[in-house]
Amino acid sequence: MVRQRTFHPENVHEESILAPIYKISSKDLLLWSGLLIILGVGAYAYFQQLISGLGVTGMNRPIYWGVYITNFVFFIGLAHSGTFISAILRLAGAEWRKPLTRAAEAITLFSLPFAVASIVADMGRPELVLNMVIYGRFQSPLIWDITAVSLYMFSSVVFFYLSLLPDIALIRDRITGIPKWQHRMYEILSLGWQGRSQQYHRLEKVLDWMAIFMTMLVVTVHTVVSWVFGMTIQPGWHTALIGPFFLLGAIYSGTAAVVIVLAILRRVYQMEEALPIDLFNSLRKLLIVFSLGWIYMMIAEFLTIFYGNIPEEMEVFWQKFTGDFSVIFWGMTILVFIIPLFILIVKGKNNIRWMVIAGVLINIGMWLERYVVIVPTETRPRLLYELAQGVYRPTWVEWAITLALFAGMILLYAIFTRFFPIIPLWETAESLEEDEQKVATRRQRIFGQRIQSRIKKEHDHANQ
Amino acid sequence: MTKWSMVIDLDKCVACQGCSMACRFENNTPVVSPDEAALGRSIFWNDVFPLRSEEESAIASGQAKFLTRPCMHCEDPPCTKVCPVGATYQDTEGIVRQNYTRCIGCRLCTVACPYGVRYFNWYEPTWEESLERHLTPDQIEGRAVSEGPSIRPKGVVEKCTFCVHRLFKERDRAAAEEREFRTEDFVPACVQTCTAKSRYFGDLDNPNSTVSQLAQSRRAFRLLEEAGTHPKIIYLHEG
Repeated sequence: MVRQRTFHPENVHEESILAPIYKISSKDLLLWSGLLIILGVGAYAYFQQLISGLGVTGMNRPIYWGVYITNFVFFIGLAHSGTFISAILRLAGAEWRKPLTRAAEAITLFSLPFAVASIVADMGRPELVLNMVIYGRFQSPLIWDITAVSLYMFSSVVFFYLSLLPDIALIRDRITGIPKWQHRMYEILSLGWQGRSQQYHRLEKVLDWMAIFMTMLVVTVHTVVSWVFGMTIQPGWHTALIGPFFLLGAIYSGTAAVVIVLAILRRVYQMEEALPIDLFNSLRKLLIVFSLGWIYMMIAEFLTIFYGNIPEEMEVFWQKFTGDFSVIFWGMTILVFIIPLFILIVKGKNNIRWMVIAGVLINIGMWLERYVVIVPTETRPRLLYELAQGVYRPTWVEWAITLALFAGMILLYAIFTRFFPIIPLWETAESLEEDEQKVATRRQRIFGQRIQSRIKKEHDHANQ
Repeated sequence: MTKWSMVIDLDKCVACQGCSMACRFENNTPVVSPDEAALGRSIFWNDVFPLRSEEESAIASGQAKFLTRPCMHCEDPPCTKVCPVGATYQDTEGIVRQNYTRCIGCRLCTVACPYGVRYFNWYEPTWEESLERHLTPDQIEGRAVSEGPSIRPKGVVEKCTFCVHRLFKERDRAAAEEREFRTEDFVPACVQTCTAKSRYFGDLDNPNSTVSQLAQSRRAFRLLEEAGTHPKIIYLHEG
């Protein structure tokens, strides 16, 4: 096969960005096998559940939904990090986002399968999952969910893969000393990418258009997820704010997750130069805005309920504020809002360690937030909440499966970073020239993006 | 069109729980262990409970108010609306039914129902041996259909069906006897067994039926009328 000439962007950080791909260390294997063991325990727990039934969980009547559905909402939330950063910030023309787009999008890509897995784990008869396709009724919010999440997953894969293409081609040509199968994999995946400026032009154009589409998805997907709750008439769920509130929480926890992932990548793969501290400072500002947005939503939601004083709503309200869930509720408020806001404003600037602490707290808090939205409502059913039968204690099966889902996500992420550059080389490159003479060309700006214009270039040549 | 409906006169009800028992045997409701029941996993298609967590003494002295609660068979059911696969549906005569064969066990209907009348099979249903030998044989089974008293697999939702299998049976009987089916022929097990005769059953579309007459009573009310579900279980206030 005659290889066509290919061109690759110049990037000063190329060496450090590609460094993780060369070797899988024993530490990697240790981490991977550790995660695999957790996955194994989770698989065993799920097997138990499959054999005996959902009775092995702590769920009961009226708490029909518990940790699994919490996980589902949380994973969808995490997934919003990537699309928010790569799509919305792309449209907004925030140039600083470039080094972290792929790291963020990878979170999206590797969370979504586990969101779907959470739903399947919660089903009484997972073997009949195809009924949703065969007999699917579009009046059901669950079918909206399935549609939204699968569309989201599909588009994320395409979006992610497209922006990965030039980099796969680059490692195909640059990296030597890797096993043959790995090289073959890059060859197939790169789809014969040559790095012509025309190709970059098309790629940027496609990514820009997809970014518009993805932005709409970011907003709709999580809103639709919340509607599974919002469309019922249960107190605490049936509120128009639930959609925007879920969305904001999703972007908040997603962005916090990006901080954690970036800090780990920077430390473990020595990418201090490719991932400068400015990135963290920019994310810090975003997080401050989101945390304030979060408290705004909280107050808007609970003041409305409190002032309205509708009896069945107040049952759930007091469950959260002073009842069985008060520890989780106030703990959540402290973890999501009070401590992180303090850290971010006072300590976070130029300090990655504090940022990571804030990020971890936000994510734990957001998981609790999902839990505290879902479960307290169920403990006080609309009819006869006086009977108050609802007590829910998750069992080891639920925790094992939850841990396994997180382990699975981390595992996929960790493996990915050993096979593909986690920082986009072409997007952070100084130039995307195809000419070996490296003649600088004019660039057009669309949506704040650099787009190489061949026409412009030829026009310039003609003028000379 | 027939619109099946039930009237429960709380003035007559003595809270003997006979309706719950009759329902249980009629519909092959699975039995759970005391531990499971303490977790809130017992299944009562028709439940009887004191209103407002009354104190034990009030119950003992007969002061407590009780409520018996089958499925409301709403005219606008929140449960059938949300079912992703159409496993639960309202038939042409207004009965909200549940097809175990199609149910995927997502439990969206259980959280959507404001009355909490839908139950989930957390485990494979079991009975003690003597009970198992006497399961109701009137099971609704067909191609991709299993309803009513049919034995449920684990992981599906079940609920009160107004003993729809009895309706089928009475229709068949009428056909076999070559006569018209009369609405009086069909009576759910709980109504038939009611010790105090506090339950009435019939066609709400027929203005001359007992239920239609009683529905006009000044004592008539329905549960959570403000929820907009239009229940077809009509209660009559005490006193």
